[in-house]
Amino acid sequence: MAMMTEDELRDLGEHVAASLGDAVSDVRVVHGQLQMVADAARIREVLRFLRDDASCRFVCFTDICGVDYPQREKRFEVVYHLLSPYINARVRVKAPVGEGETIPSVIEVFPGAEWFEREVYDMYGVFFTDHPDLRRILTDYGFNGHPLRKDFPVTGFVEVRYDEDRKRVIYEPVNLQQAWREFDFASPWKGEPAVLPGDEKAQAQGQVQEKAEDEGAAS
Amino acid sequence: MGLIEGGRPVRKEQDKPILTIPGEPETAVSATAAHRASLVGINDALADKGFITTTTDDLINWARTGSLMWMTFGLACCAVEMMQAAMPRYDMERFGFAPRASPRQSDVIIVAGTLTNKMAPAIRKVYDQMPDPKWVISMGSCANGGGYYHYSYSVVRGCDRVLPVDIYVPGCPPSAEALMYGILLLQRKIRRTGTIER
Repeated sequence: MAMMTEDELRDLGEHVAASLGDAVSDVRVVHGQLQMVADAARIREVLRFLRDDASCRFVCFTDICGVDYPQREKRFEVVYHLLSPYINARVRVKAPVGEGETIPSVIEVFPGAEWFEREVYDMYGVFFTDHPDLRRILTDYGFNGHPLRKDFPVTGFVEVRYDEDRKRVIYEPVNLQQAWREFDFASPWKGEPAVLPGDEKAQAQGQVQEKAEDEGAAS
Repeated sequence: MGLIEGGRPVRKEQDKPILTIPGEPETAVSATAAHRASLVGINDALADKGFITTTTDDLINWARTGSLMWMTFGLACCAVEMMQAAMPRYDMERFGFAPRASPRQSDVIIVAGTLTNKMAPAIRKVYDQMPDPKWVISMGSCANGGGYYHYSYSVVRGCDRVLPVDIYVPGCPPSAEALMYGILLLQRKIRRTGTIER
């Protein structure tokens, strides 16, 4: 079956928006895929509609992932990815969740969501209500913190080594033998400024222009 | 060498035994030629007398280096190269270097891949279960020193924080040849430092 065109996707989005009302907002086609922002409290209703509606039938549950936007009021975003093999289309449902807030688990709609929700909890610390077994899934036993939050230090807090005296692997505070190094010298906002021959002319011109603008603003 | 035709060993001209005097350096002879010469010498001794004499050190080292059972510990993509080295193209078993799925029956552990904090107690437990004498080959950048994940919150910065490593094989991942070379180096190390008590 051919992929859905942008117009078809837009029509589908209008149908979804009309049927779900307040539960979804900002229904758009982004990167060739339907995308919508859902009310976190009504996420089950939204996903159930997308699964059961005759013109959607997004029955294949692909993924849940999280995003951390520290500058936003509602800091986290839980993103659900669904696939409809009937209409050969995918949909992306974003649900903003603030720090300390909860979002309902969608296990009763898609049982496969269980481990994905555990992963989002592990990595971002977003709580899912009515989850039967909300434990960490990937990080170490007794791990402290949520590593994919932007304020989590990349080297973490503890490191392991084998202790000859105690005859077991022990945890210690991180002590880097080699200091953190930034290798991305080509990046324009890190490392040394990359000045190419001839750049000084362009920069001199730019400064003159800025100066002119400044003077214009002052007068 | 070793071809039998009509009950007699058939040898080509270059397979003639090279006479060596024990204790004298074999400077003019390549390692392969010297090895072949020693094998031919053993073969002749067995054919003539029916027995050979050697030192227990040599015998023990020969037995140890010739039947190194390795514990597979594939943790990441390096494991694929490790499998490749065990497959017919490189065929590590021709050195008696055979995979073994139980630590209680293995002599070497190949740490192939990224060792995470969560896995560290498990790998130490596996190592502790291996009978002495035992050796460790650290394969790939991640096992050698954390590699790409050196600054990560979840990765051990080198498996030598947890195990005493004998051979480091560099690469990301090391090719099967590199691992083979590491194995040959381990055999050389065992020959050089081999004692009954370790």
